[in-house]
Order: sequence, then C-alpha cells, then structure tokens
Amino acid sequence: MKNQDLQNNQEYKYGFTTDIENIKAPKGLSEETIHFISKIKKEPKWMLDWRLKAFNRLKKLKEPNWQKPKFPKINYQDLYYYSAPKSMKDKPKSLDEIDPKLIETYKKLGIPLNEQKKLSGVAVDAVFDSVSVATTFKDELTKKGIIFCPISEAIQKHPELVKKYLGSVIPITDHYFATLNSAVFTDGSFVYIPPNIKCPMELSTYFRINASETGQFERTLIIADKGSYVSYLEGCTAPMRDENQLHAANVELVALDDAEIKYSTVQNWYPGDKNGVGGIYNFVTKRGACRGKNSKISWTQVETGSAITWKYPSCILQGDNSVGEFYSIAITNNHQKADTGTKMIHLGKNTKSKIISKGISAGKADNTYRGLVDIGRKALNSRNYTQCDSLLMGNKCGAHTIPYIRNKNSSSTIEHEATTSKINEDQLFYCNQRGLNQEEAVSLIVNGFCKDVLQQLPMEFAVEAQKLVGISLEGSVG
Amino acid sequence: MLSIKNLSASINNKEILKGVNINIKPGELHAIMGPNGSGKSTLANVLSGREGYKVSGELKYQGKNLNEISIDERAQKGIFLAFQYPTEIPGVNTRNFLKTSFNKVRKAQGKKELDALSFLKILKEKSNELGMDEKMLSRQLNVGFSGGEKKKNEILQMKILEPNLVILDETDSGLDIDALKIVADGVNSSRNDKKSFLVITHYQRLLNFIKPDFVHVLADGKIVKSGTSELAIQLEKTGYKGIN
Repeated sequence: MKNQDLQNNQEYKYGFTTDIENIKAPKGLSEETIHFISKIKKEPKWMLDWRLKAFNRLKKLKEPNWQKPKFPKINYQDLYYYSAPKSMKDKPKSLDEIDPKLIETYKKLGIPLNEQKKLSGVAVDAVFDSVSVATTFKDELTKKGIIFCPISEAIQKHPELVKKYLGSVIPITDHYFATLNSAVFTDGSFVYIPPNIKCPMELSTYFRINASETGQFERTLIIADKGSYVSYLEGCTAPMRDENQLHAANVELVALDDAEIKYSTVQNWYPGDKNGVGGIYNFVTKRGACRGKNSKISWTQVETGSAITWKYPSCILQGDNSVGEFYSIAITNNHQKADTGTKMIHLGKNTKSKIISKGISAGKADNTYRGLVDIGRKALNSRNYTQCDSLLMGNKCGAHTIPYIRNKNSSSTIEHEATTSKINEDQLFYCNQRGLNQEEAVSLIVNGFCKDVLQQLPMEFAVEAQKLVGISLEGSVG
Repeated sequence: MLSIKNLSASINNKEILKGVNINIKPGELHAIMGPNGSGKSTLANVLSGREGYKVSGELKYQGKNLNEISIDERAQKGIFLAFQYPTEIPGVNTRNFLKTSFNKVRKAQGKKELDALSFLKILKEKSNELGMDEKMLSRQLNVGFSGGEKKKNEILQMKILEPNLVILDETDSGLDIDALKIVADGVNSSRNDKKSFLVITHYQRLLNFIKPDFVHVLADGKIVKSGTSELAIQLEKTGYKGIN
C-alpha cells in the first residue's frame, strides 16, 4: 500500500514569517553589541558588568565538541544578537497597544494573547525574537504575590531577586553556549513564587524566532520559595528558512525547602526540510537546583523539532530528601539529530531521581540518549531509577544510549533499564485491519510507546503533544 | 459477497496458495480446514490485504476487485479479520482503541461518529454479552491478556464493528471449552442473512458449536475437497490423510 498523501502532509505548519519592521543590533558579537542590548533594555550597570564579564570569559572558551551530532562551524560574527519589532521600542502598556500583526502571528500559532479568549487557566508570556511582547493574567497573579514577567522587566523592578539567583545554577563560566547566553541574552521569563503559595494556574512562555540571521538567546529564571508550587510550560516555533539558526537558551530553576517546580517543554522549532537543509540548532542549557530540603524539580520535554537538539535538563539535588525527575520524548525524522538526556547530581541525603526517556528515530535521523547519574559521597541512601527506550522506524536511522553512572557511597542504589525495538509490522497490520490508515497507526503505536511521558504533561498540552508526535512522524513508514 | 478465483499467493518466491476457488454468498458460513502449513493463515492475510505477498488471480468483494484496495480501506468496507495471535500494543488503552476503530469505520461508511458516552453504552452491552470483565477494557491493548481474553477481545471487536465479511483465523486455538462456547455464541448471535463468515480452523471441535453451510479442505495451497458440515465430521474420523 502506498500513502501518497503522506508526502503532501509534511509541510511544517508554523513555517510562515511575519513581515514586520525590526530594530536590530549591529551584526556580530562584540562589546558594542552587548552595550547596545544592555542600553536598549535600560539595564542597570551591574547587569551590563555581568554581561561583559561573561563576554570576557567567552573569549577564552571553545565550543564543546564531544557531542554526537556534528555541525558546520558557526560564524558568530555573522549573526544578529538582538532583533525586535519596531513597535516594541516603547513598550506597550496594555494588549491594546500591541501591533495587530503580532497578535495575528500568535493567533496563527494558536496562542491567544487576549485574556478573554485565553486557554483556560494558563497565563502566557510571549517572546518574539528578542523581546517579550505580552504577559497575560498579570493582575490575578500579582494578588498572590507571584511575579511573572519578562526577565528584562525583573532586572529593573526586582534587582535583589535577580542578583541573588541569576547565574547561581548555571554560572557565567559554565560552558561555551551558556556563557554566550549570559553575555547576550535578550529576553525570557522570570517567575517568583512566594513562600507557601501554590500558583493557581499554569504559567507558560511561548518563544518565536521570526527574523532571519538572528540567534535567539532567551534566559528564564524560576524561583519557588519555601513550600510553594509552580507548573511552567514552554513552547517554541520558528519560520522555515534554508539557513540554520542558533537558539542557545539558559533556563535556571531554584526550589527552596519543600517547594516544587514542574517544567514542561514542547519544542517544535523548524526541523529543516526533508533533505536536511535549514532548521534550528537548539543548544540549550537547562538546570534546576533542589536547594532546599524535601524540594522537587520535574522536567518533562517533548522534543520534536530542530535540526539538532543538544540539551540535558538537569537536577542538582542539594537538599536532603529532594527529588529530581526527567521525562523525555525525543523524536527525530528525516535528517534531524538529537543528543539529549539529563544529569542527576545527588548531593543531599535520601535524594531520589527518576529518568524516563523515550527516543524515536525515523528516516535518516540519529537519536542519542546521554545521561549522567552521579551520587556523591555524602548522598547516603539515595536512589536513581533510569529507563531508556528507543524505537526505530525503517533501517536508515540510529539510536544510541550513553549512560554515565557514578556511585560514591555504598548505601545508595542505581537501576538502569534500556530497550531498543523496531516498530512492529504486526502492530501496524493489526491497526490497519481495524480501519486505521498507516499514519494513524504509527501515531497510535508511538503515542502508546510514549505514554509514560505524555501523561506527565499538563492536560491542556498533552493533547497538543500527542498530535505533534503523530505529525512529526508523518511519512516515516510507507 | 466474496468470490475467489484461481487465487495464488507467494512470499519470498515460495508459492503458498496455488489456485484457490471459493464463492461465499451473503448469509453463508464457510469453514476452511486443513493441516499445518496448508496455507490457511496466508489466505486470511491475503484476503485482508497484508503486504509482502505476491498475489495473482481474482479477488472480488461485493463485486469490487480487492487487489487494489489497502488494508484499512478493506476494513472500512466491512472486512474483519479475527486474528489467530492478536498483537500487544503497549500504552494504548483498549477502550480508546475500540472507539477510534469504531468511529473510523463508521465515518468511512458515511455514518455519524459517536461520542464517548454513546459508544460506551454499546461497548458495555456487547462486552456483557460475551461475559467480559469490563476492567479488561481499561488495560493496555492485549498486553498481559490471557489467550482466552485476547480471543474474546477479537469477538468483541467483531460485534462492535458490524462487518459484512468476518474471517476467523483459528479463533478456537488455545481456548478451553467454556471460552470456546462463549466465542461460538458470539459468532452465532451475529449470524444473519446479510453477513458472511469464513471460519479457518484446524480442528473439527469448533464446528460442533458453529454449524457451517460449507466446508472446504485446504491442502498444499489448494482446495482438495468441498462439502457440507458432514465433511468436517468425516475428517475428524479419517484425518486429513484420509481425504487424499
């Protein structure tokens, strides 16, 4: 049976561009660029100094090269580090003042910025190229003392919190891309949940790269104070372009005593075309510190886009009894490559971590799970459970599992399970015989394979993610 | 309903079916019996459109040539195969699967898709008829099901999807006598003058419970003998060797 329809359906739904006038920083990476960004963001001097410190450090660093997916050398002098719609120069005070073209863009993406027509119970911060364009539900959150705003605004309005926590999980000296981000980050979200407050709604940031030759360097900082709880979602798309675009974000999470942060990502950056031309380089540093006792950080990621995905959302389990979780689905099709996983660093006593990773590889794609479980000398009675499952579709793709495991005390236990399987002809035949076509059958089987991870996502996004899983694999079996 | 003329099928250059002729009218139940390796399951696979076979000969269903029609379209047009070994699909909820399949087939037939509530009503009714534990429907599709549960699940789907042509591929294998009766009752209660059945079986046992209109003996890829239900009884006495 041939499914001709499959081929026609492959189009990337979010591949449109918005024709909008931009203000850009001078091309290239220089002190001048950093001064430009800092000035346009009206930043205090300490922030500029912080950036410059990172920039000086960057000069001594080299890009890491141990990852599996190799990529052509990036010319950092050929990129724009700041791009913003012209109408955002004097920041709009309400949604009514936002350029209708921007509102239209987000509408096309299915992200309503208008609070009346919002997703039920989700507050949204929308980042377009280098600036945050709108944050919804601000008032309702403010009543509870919750701060949810663009990080550029937090730098001005809440400098004490930013100074205390920014770079405290990912130091500016960390590694090439994290340091690059520290020097040139443009916008992103800032969240602070005060003690003993359960955030009443999902907080969400939506990232959109629009301008060409532009890198996106957002920075997100989330602090959950003692006894608080927050669930945060992140979504991303970009237009179809035949050049590769760099996305190097830093995300830092801090959970204090008894606090819990749940961070979910649905990453759907443009993956490039069928022949592997174009697509986003998604080189992201995400790290959470369970700084307080009994704290918990849970990462859930659904990675379906990008030409190359290279990221390891990690947990540093400092507080006694703290818990780190990582649930991941990474789907690669055509020429996409992913090298992703997590690091669980156990430092406190009785710390627990759980890793569930589902890698799906189709076409000529290459999918690597790479993870580190490190249980320290003083992290007595700690436990880790890891399960890595890979699913292969066709015979031209690859799946690799590279676990690094270190246990430095004898009272802790580590379990690791891994499976690799091919999508089963009998399962496809069974579904077909019940009236499902090839695409529907693949989507159903793969969603079943990913179920343990999908059920970790907040309800509103689980449905969207399920559809995305199906769409990403269209045309992979025929 | 179904007309098979001079049907041959080979896989990896090995000829399995070597010119099979069967004609099934609406309302008829035909049994195919035959020793291991005679091509019974291949016939079921070829009728439902499974890929990998090189097929020649004529295959007409409701007057239409089946050769050009994909597996899912055949299913949507009312051809149902109850599998000999229903496959496990981890992570997929049985109830949701049945609903997806039910609505896919309905939609293709130009009928209105049913909402969850209306569907569950039908599901409950049909699963009760088969004496099935409803908890089973909350489990992952066929995962950890006993042999009997898997076969009952097949019959449940047969009842729900209301096909025109039902192919039962050794549905009796691995069933104890109680489960066999339930499955047979499920088939018998679905019989009517519009629906046709092709029951593939190794043993005569099932045919004590499901009375066929015609019995065909398949050996080495050919129908070597056809007759009424008497033939099945004769076979039980003489064995397949006694036929040739």
